[in-house]
This record gives sequence, structure tokens and C-alpha cells, in this order.
Amino acid sequence: MEKFTTIQTTAVPLNIEDVDTDQIIPARFLKATTREGFGDNLFRDWRYNSDNTPKQDFVLNNPIYSGDILVVGKNFGCGSSREHAAWAIYDYGFKVVVSSFFADIFRNNALNNGLLPVVVSPDFLSSLFAAIRENPAAAIKVDLENQEITIVATGQKEKFDINSYKKTCLVNGYDDIDYLLSLKDQVEAFEQSR
Amino acid sequence: MAKTLFDKVWDAHVVQSIADGPQVVYIDKHFIHEVTTPQAFAGLDKRGIKVFRPKQTIATADHNVPTKDQLQPIREMLSRKQVDTLIQNCANHGIELYGLGHPFQGIVHVIGPQLGITQPGLTIVCGDSHTSTHGAFGAIAFGIGTSEVEQVLATQCILQTKPKKMRINVEGTLGKGVTAKDIILYIISKISTSGGTGYFVEYAGSAIRSLSMEARMTICNMSIEMGARGGVIAPDDTTFEYLRGREFAPQDFDAAVEKWKQLCTDADAVFDLEYTFAAADIEPMVTYGTNPAMGIGISEAIPSANDAGLEKALAYMGFEKGDSLLGKPVDYVFLGSCTNSRMEDLRAFCDIVKGKQKADNVTVWVVPGSKQVEQQAKAEGLDKILAEAGMELREPGCSACLGMNEDKIPAGKYCISTSNRNFEGRQGPGARTLLASPIMAAAAAITGKISDVRELI
Ligand code: SF4
Repeated sequence: MEKFTTIQTTAVPLNIEDVDTDQIIPARFLKATTREGFGDNLFRDWRYNSDNTPKQDFVLNNPIYSGDILVVGKNFGCGSSREHAAWAIYDYGFKVVVSSFFADIFRNNALNNGLLPVVVSPDFLSSLFAAIRENPAAAIKVDLENQEITIVATGQKEKFDINSYKKTCLVNGYDDIDYLLSLKDQVEAFEQSR
Repeated sequence: MAKTLFDKVWDAHVVQSIADGPQVVYIDKHFIHEVTTPQAFAGLDKRGIKVFRPKQTIATADHNVPTKDQLQPIREMLSRKQVDTLIQNCANHGIELYGLGHPFQGIVHVIGPQLGITQPGLTIVCGDSHTSTHGAFGAIAFGIGTSEVEQVLATQCILQTKPKKMRINVEGTLGKGVTAKDIILYIISKISTSGGTGYFVEYAGSAIRSLSMEARMTICNMSIEMGARGGVIAPDDTTFEYLRGREFAPQDFDAAVEKWKQLCTDADAVFDLEYTFAAADIEPMVTYGTNPAMGIGISEAIPSANDAGLEKALAYMGFEKGDSLLGKPVDYVFLGSCTNSRMEDLRAFCDIVKGKQKADNVTVWVVPGSKQVEQQAKAEGLDKILAEAGMELREPGCSACLGMNEDKIPAGKYCISTSNRNFEGRQGPGARTLLASPIMAAAAAITGKISDVRELI
């Protein structure tokens, strides 16, 4: 997993609520046996017509928006547990997803892949959408060390939560399996004790 | 301290608690299927390690499989490759695989309970959100992502933050034609697709207690559709009688039952959130929109609120605000999925269609949840009832629940479906899904339109 500390980039706004993982990556694209390449089909049916031409009105097809941060409406990532949704977003090039509310499994999946889910208040989320709408080149800064997200132009900022274990993993690029493997003796002792 | 059923099972499986972090939870049973595992096995191979406890993992092929001519090679190349990859990974790591052609093959959440692998008090995970189904037995069961599948394969443990606790009580007696599917669609319509996020739900109350195991599985199955990690129901005599004599039930069954009887919420245990619903308020339900919370009782009208999400959903579905769903023609009827593909579902469906004819405008797919269900249905003559009604009993798999295998609903077509998700494109690009119970699906199969099943029984 790649290390994560601070990023400052423009952001892509997707102001839709309850986006489910079937929209993020439809089931018919889950047939791969590796983790790579899912970005091409990110939001496939919102992004492309059935003849594979881009849908001009979808935000990922709008050249004025770009950047490593995806800003989304509340309850993002509900539905299927497919980790492919996190892979697709990361593979497309996003490093951070910002929302006022994430579905549980999606949030875990994102964290396990170095994609940082940042939960902000509904008010701050509205400010983010407004700032990007006014100026698509507006820079957003996400500082994991200080757990802070800032709209650079206005200086408006908010703290976000992340548990310290996960933060350490992200900052150092560790994954959970390394940690669990180090507990092998304890796991065996647990098995014996039952 | 007074504990909930969930606390009792969870706490008994904690290997370690990380300060201000997650807990290390031991997993008793791990179900796997072809779609969410190849990258996990590849991860193990890359680390040069083997599966830690291969006997505690059970595999099947379900998502990608055709539901006709299953013994022929899978036509679609990528699907075949995924299923073959699973076969190879299971062989490499010594994991039991109930693959195509095996008498135990079927949808992962149907076979676990049916074989008696799913038991009270266990922790169960699977790279699939509907793992919540197994909670009907008083097990702590939840869906996980592929990185977590890799954790469990490597260590039989998973890192998890303990969820909050919610109880949903359903009290009283269900009306005629109202089923477990209607209960859960009703609950989700009341508390929304995110109302359960962060929680593990216990279902309780007299209406829940009176349900069969298969009906309880339908309820727990859809816990994830309100955002909850999972749902549990305390085990009772119904649970024990269901498990007795099953393939993998404990050898010393009576001793196991004595232990299982301890698995209930203490009288003074406290939940973070609690809801109570009256069974009598629930009608046969149908969804009109593009998430499972967009459901109404069959005599109700589609809401007319000013809401961008509702408008987007109705535009996709081709419905208008304030419309009634009654009488809307459907093109497809799908009986199947881990929500409703067990024997009771097939029997209930057949009770309605018996001696009648399918409407000319509909295509009907009846897809059993497992090979064992298929065999039992044939033994009971359900295949004949279906054939006489102009319908067909197919072979087991996820089928039209998700647009991944050959069974897809064409763009723009309406499908009344007993599955669990009506998301845009879930059953195929552009497909329009209406979720309902098996008997509501049967009513639509006969009449060719959305109908109130209570008028047919
Ligand atoms: S039947 Fe549907 S919901 Fe159930 S496991 Fe298969 S795809 Fe998932």
C-alpha cells in the first residue's frame, strides 16, 4: 500500500446521494482476477452510453474538473461489498473521497487500499460543492497528519476523524495482514483456549 | 453487565483489542465464491503463504454460473476464467469446493444454512454483503471486502471495529398474503438505506419469533439494504429443529442445543437504538424506485415529494409521482436469489401458479438457490406445476439477481424480482427492477401486471 500524508489538488464534484457500488462499478465488470484496470469502468453506466460514447453531461467527462479528490453526496458506497469499487476509484486516480456519510463496508475497503475516506459535516460538504462550482480550479488540501481538510482559497477548514490505528497504517503504508500475521502465536493460543 | 446476543457472540471471539483501534476477531467459518477471491489468493501467493485454516473455509461457484446446461463449459470467457481460478485456488490450498456439478453447489448463503454449516454462536464472514443471511441462526455474520478475505485466509482473523447495537421489534400477527419479504421491505422503507449504517441489528418480537427459519433468513439477508453490518435473530426451538439431522450439524446435537440456548439478549441489556413496528400495519410491498427503501404497500401511491433523488429514480423507472403500481405491466418475473430461492419460496410461488397459465407478455425465471433445492423441488413435483403453467425451473445460481452471468433483464424492461436490490442496472444495463415477495411475483406471473396477491388467495 502507498503511503499517505498530505495532498493539495483540485477536486471533482459528484453531488448525488446514496451512490451504490453497483453504480461505481457494475457487476459485469467484476470478472477480472487482478486488482488493476478497474478505473476504466468507474461509473461506467453514468459515464458512457450503451454505444460506448461518453455522456457529455457526466462530471468525469467534463474537462473543467480534475484532481485527486472526489467529493460526493451522503451515503456513498452503499450496497454490495465489492472492493472493486474502491479499486476503481483509486485506479482512476483519486486518493481521497470526501462525503458527509459513507457506507461501512465501502469505508473499510477504501482504507484497506490507501484511498482515504474523509467524513465532513453536511455544512462543510455544501461549502466544498459551492467552492468547486464557483471555481473548478479551487485547490483543496487534505492533511492526514493533522486530520484537517481545507478549502485553500477561503481558508475554511474542518477537522476529520480517523482511528489512530488506521491512520498509522496509511501514513506508513502498512496493511492489516502484516499486522495480523505478527499475531500468529496469539491466534493459536486463542484456538487452544476454546 | 447485561449483554445483548450480539455482544455475547462477538466478545467470545475477540483475540485482541488495539487501543483506539479495531479489534482482532476470530472467524469460525469463511464462505468464499469466485468473484471476490482471486485477488485475495493472489495476495497470499505473493506473500508466499498458505491458507491458515483451510478446513474452516467453504467454497462454491454461484455469481457467474449459467442456470441452464451447467455441466457444459461456461461460454463467457471471463466468467469461466474466474470459476477456473477458484477451482485452482481451492485445490492449491486444500479448501473444500462445492463447484458446478457437485450436489451441494448453490448460492453461498443458501448452502451454508441448508448443510448445517451455519450454526448459532459462530462468527461467519464472506466476501459478499448478504452474508448477513446467516444471522438468522444467531450467528454473527457479515460481508467483507477482498482485502479482508485475504486477512481471513491468512490468519482466520479480521480487524473490525465493533458496531453499535440496534433492535427492531415486529409485534403481532401478519395479515393474509404478507410475508417475511414484506416485513423487511417495510422496515427498510421506514428507516432508509442508511438508517442502519454503523449498527448490527437484532430482530425480535412476536412476529419474528413466529417465522420459519427460511423466512428469518429472508429478513436477515436484507439487513445490509438499510446499511447495517448484519442482523441476528436469537436461536430457539425453530432454529434447533431446522438444524437437527443436517449434513454438518454437530455430532452431539443435544449438548450443542444446551449451549445454544444461552444465546439470547439479557432482559436488561441496552441497545443504542430501538424501533418497534406493528405487523398489522404491513401490506404486501413493492418497490417503485432505484434503492430498496423506495418501497410502498401495494394499495399505496408512489410518493409525490419534491426530491431530486426521487425524481432521478422515477425517470429511470418510467413512473410518475402519485401513480399506483397496481396494474403496471411487467415483462419479466424472477423468482430467485439468496433472499428468496429456498424451498418455502418455491412452494409458495407454486401454490399460486398451480393450475393456471403464465400471462403471454411475461418471461418467467424460477431459479432454485441450490442443487439440493432443485432436487427437492423436483421430488415434490414443483417442476411439473411450473411446466404446466408455462414456466421453467432452471439450475441454481445468483442468476438475474445481478447482471453478471447470462441471465440479464434487457434495457427498459420491467422485472418483478424476489431479489434484494433494485439499483440502476443491477439486473442488466437499463433494467427496471421491482422488488417483491415470491407470492407477489407469482401473482404478476399469472396476470402479467403488478397485482395484489391477496385477491388470488
Ligand atoms: S443471489 Fe444476489 S445478492 Fe445473493 S449472493 Fe448472489 S448476487 Fe449476491
